Amino acid sequence: MTLSDLPLHTAAQVEDVQDLHANDAIARRLRELGFVAGEDVRVVACGPLGGEPLLVQVGFTRFALRRTEAARVRIRKEAA
Amino acid sequence: MNAPSMPSRLALVGNPNCGKTALFNQLTGSRQKVANYAGVTVERKEGRMRGPSGREYAVLDLPGAYSLQPASLDEAITRDLCRGFYPGEAAPDALVCVIDATNLRLHLRFALEVRELGKPMIVALNMVDAARRRGIAIDVAALERALGVPVVETVAVRRHGASELVARIDAMMPQLAAMPLHAAQLAGDHHAQVRDILADAVRMPTRTAKVDDALDRWLLHPVFGLMSLALVMFLIFQAVYAWATPLMDGIEAGFAWLGAAVAAVLPQGPLSSLLVDGIIAGTGSVVVFLPQILILFFFILALEESGYLPRAAFLLDRMMAAAGLSGRSFIPLLSSFACAVPGIMSTRSIQDPRDRLATILVAPLMTCSARLPVYALLIGAFIPQKTVWGVFNQQGLVLFALYAAGILSALAMSWTMKKFRRDKGEHPLLLELPSYRLPHARDLAVGLYERGMIFLKRVGGIILALTILLWFLLSFPAAPADATMPAIDYSFAGRIGHALALFFAPLGFNWQICIALIPGLAAREVAVASLATVYALSAANDDAAAQALTPLISHGWSLATALSLLVWYIYAPMCISTLATIKRETNSWKQMAFAAFYLFAAAYLASLVTYQVAVALGAG
Repeated sequence: MTLSDLPLHTAAQVEDVQDLHANDAIARRLRELGFVAGEDVRVVACGPLGGEPLLVQVGFTRFALRRTEAARVRIRKEAA
Repeated sequence: MNAPSMPSRLALVGNPNCGKTALFNQLTGSRQKVANYAGVTVERKEGRMRGPSGREYAVLDLPGAYSLQPASLDEAITRDLCRGFYPGEAAPDALVCVIDATNLRLHLRFALEVRELGKPMIVALNMVDAARRRGIAIDVAALERALGVPVVETVAVRRHGASELVARIDAMMPQLAAMPLHAAQLAGDHHAQVRDILADAVRMPTRTAKVDDALDRWLLHPVFGLMSLALVMFLIFQAVYAWATPLMDGIEAGFAWLGAAVAAVLPQGPLSSLLVDGIIAGTGSVVVFLPQILILFFFILALEESGYLPRAAFLLDRMMAAAGLSGRSFIPLLSSFACAVPGIMSTRSIQDPRDRLATILVAPLMTCSARLPVYALLIGAFIPQKTVWGVFNQQGLVLFALYAAGILSALAMSWTMKKFRRDKGEHPLLLELPSYRLPHARDLAVGLYERGMIFLKRVGGIILALTILLWFLLSFPAAPADATMPAIDYSFAGRIGHALALFFAPLGFNWQICIALIPGLAAREVAVASLATVYALSAANDDAAAQALTPLISHGWSLATALSLLVWYIYAPMCISTLATIKRETNSWKQMAFAAFYLFAAAYLASLVTYQVAVALGAG
């Protein structure tokens, strides 16, 4: 599944970030910001209109991502 | 002491929100110079610093960057400068990489990337006080070993919080050549290296601050978050709109007094007129913007520093993105209701250049306070005061409609620009929401001082020059001795007004209106006083002018003309201060010309339709 499908406040780990097209600058930036394999992620809030954007905790940092951006991040839910 | 004639050059680099600018303020104090990098609108800040040895340093505060693989113009400048490739800029002798001790996971990665440039470098481990409060224990010696460069703890917001850094730099500079460098290192996986370093040198109880979690739960809540946002916005709007008014009145009165005093001393003539009506009045019209600009920027800087501004952008992003803007566009647009000049200046808080330009171009459509006197005059003269639908005051409804028309036009315009611009690429939000922190008084003061000076130096000059040009058009040639008409009628401006009357006839504007539009270029509200002048009324002040004008125009103009002029003022392209600010903030005559043209075209078309429809319906 991808980060855009992750329910609020659910612990998960990053698998990888997919390029939507060749040399996807947004995917590269996501990796630079810490969306790399094994990193813990969690959606901690979402915007008031249409659930956009998502507030994502990764590493020690919180980033607001639009859903199209979060859809690039493949994740794995932590075993319950 | 044989200090070299050229000071050593240091460059501060770091992720956004690492406290780099606060550290820069701490290092350089008030000895700063703010300008733009050649040919672009990215801000360049340089300051001077003196080490304990007496050596001078030139310190450059580079734009914040997440990576040396740039995703924006700011980051490209940072990369090129660090490498010493930026045209017109000397390569820095050493880099000071600033990292936030509470956010090492992200910031260390960038420090590793910077280290690979192979430049002499020192790491400033900033905000160690906040880290300690959160129970984060950092082994600086281990960090130093792992990074292979000196690491110094700093607290940028505390007095002497950077003195150890200064001493270390001062001791390090003479032996730069001997420093171990890390060029040609294998560009390994930075993230894996960061994890190793963290495991080795850092212990932390929790990954996030409890305060942040608690505040975000409320401030980003779909209901409470929006309510608190509305409250903050209301406070800002109220402050810019209301608190600035007494100061602005005071400034206007001060310059009026100065003008009168000068006029009393000098003999009447062109020189006295140039001084009083040109230079003094023109300077006054520049300075009068300062209260609004400073109050607005006080709030914006405080909100930005406290970490709330990105959160406001988070809450509003969806709504603004639908119109082709971004969450950060909201405050500039809101403050444009007071005046577009501070509003356009505050678009500097929008990082994405495309979103920033779109915001600048639609900001003039927000109904600024200077249009109110014109609206009040026309509504008072033409719209009967009666109650409609039981509860609403008809005059109030018309005023509301005018405001709403401005907002809708802005949305339509930004949506249209979104459809037609060439760059249709995905511009990510990717917005970091930093930890909440208390704004620091010195950083606010430095920021406000910079904004004020930027306005006075860069925008003030254009406004003053244009005001003097306008004075010339309005004053020459002088009326003949046997003049029967008001003096303005004989001036260049009067002739232009008469010539324009032909062009504006389809809109229902008579020649009196056309002439009044010309001095209205300086400031929209002047149009009321100018109308009074054209109708040869002698009025002591603006209120009296409006009162004397009301019966005249309500008999002299048709309803269609009045409606047409009201609609004209929704777009009102003729505010030279706004245009001057657009020129300065976009650094482009082309964008300014585009803004002027589209506002003018929209005003002309909308007024044309209004007038013709009104005439067809029998209001002519």
